[in-house]
Amino acid sequence: MNQLIYDFIKQNQDNILNEWTEKMKEKADERLVRVVSDQMFTRTSREFIDMIISNIESDNEVFTGKLTDFAEKVVRLGWPLTFVNEGLREFNLIVFQGMQANGIVTSENQMDIIYDFDKWSTPLSNEIVNIYARTWEKTVSLQKIALQELSAPLIPVLEGITVMPLVGTIDTQRAKQIMENLLQGVVKHRSEVVLIDITGVPVVDTMVAHHIIQAAEAVRLVGTKCMLCGIRPEIAQTIVNLGINLNEIVTKNSLKKGIEAALEITSRKIVEMEG
Amino acid sequence: MEFQSCVKIINEWDIVAARQLGRNVAKELGFGTVDQARITTAISELARNIYLYAGQGNVYIDKVYDAGKSGLKIVATDEGPGIQDIRKVMEDGYTTSGGLGAGLPGVKRLMDDFDIDSTPGKGTEILATKWIR
Repeated sequence: MNQLIYDFIKQNQDNILNEWTEKMKEKADERLVRVVSDQMFTRTSREFIDMIISNIESDNEVFTGKLTDFAEKVVRLGWPLTFVNEGLREFNLIVFQGMQANGIVTSENQMDIIYDFDKWSTPLSNEIVNIYARTWEKTVSLQKIALQELSAPLIPVLEGITVMPLVGTIDTQRAKQIMENLLQGVVKHRSEVVLIDITGVPVVDTMVAHHIIQAAEAVRLVGTKCMLCGIRPEIAQTIVNLGINLNEIVTKNSLKKGIEAALEITSRKIVEMEG
Repeated sequence: MEFQSCVKIINEWDIVAARQLGRNVAKELGFGTVDQARITTAISELARNIYLYAGQGNVYIDKVYDAGKSGLKIVATDEGPGIQDIRKVMEDGYTTSGGLGAGLPGVKRLMDDFDIDSTPGKGTEILATKWIR
């Protein structure tokens, strides 16, 4: 880092901070203003400047640690990446203009200083983007795992009766899993009847219906009866409108009705105890 | 006419994004739950067709007003292979992908107005509108 730049920042720290905060407030879009209070904004800005200064002072390792902390915090606060990047650029601009006004930058050393600036700020912005990307990737992969975990469990409820409750959107990947879990589980639990509950499926389009029909057909082939439960009235109407033929499958409007029917098929019933 | 909002369909999850948007707009317009389900299902079908056959395209959701009634308009466009025989794809049970073959005729029944325009080799544009009763 160029000594000239370093001295200038050090000496004018407060001025730069004030000017920078003003400028950034103007630039902040509505979305940001809504999530960030004034106080928070000033405090985080202060931190940002402190961090930049510490980059100049201390060695790289300490700085990377600080930067990671800062970036993670900013991500948690919901600051957009463009805004943080813009902040860095604005900071450079203020420092450079300030140095120009004070006559530190002359036409002779101008190119050197610009070059130094670039050498210092490019890795910094790269690091910020990098940390942002890492945080997002982490979130996405965590959500993917979470989604897979709630994918398609098969639950034995009574001797010979199993339930597969489906919640959420069914895509090709999940449809495959549903089919696998269903067939494996049906054989493993020796189910006579399996109930597929679609109360939690928001949209039943032709693809979802197709997968359900295929699953029911496969279940029938392994010698188990398949029942479809939890068909909400609006889903029933869209299925009719789409012209999907579900005649081959027994359907019930609730899981309760489904279990009652399943008990009947396995020649049992629920009796209330006397006394 | 200006388009209100657009969802780019590139992968399977964009289908979910498109129908979420459709559901929100339908809710805003005051559609009942059954019509909301019809609209989201129609969007789901159209978006899935784009994903399956064209690879990528756009789904636009638009509020429309005509003669005192208001409605929701879906425009699905792609630059895919196009449809060779439109009459055939509008038949129930016709499919080239091993599906149920109920998609397009289904959308026509789910919605009030339906229009399809396709040039083989150039792409397809489908318009579907649902009016509030």
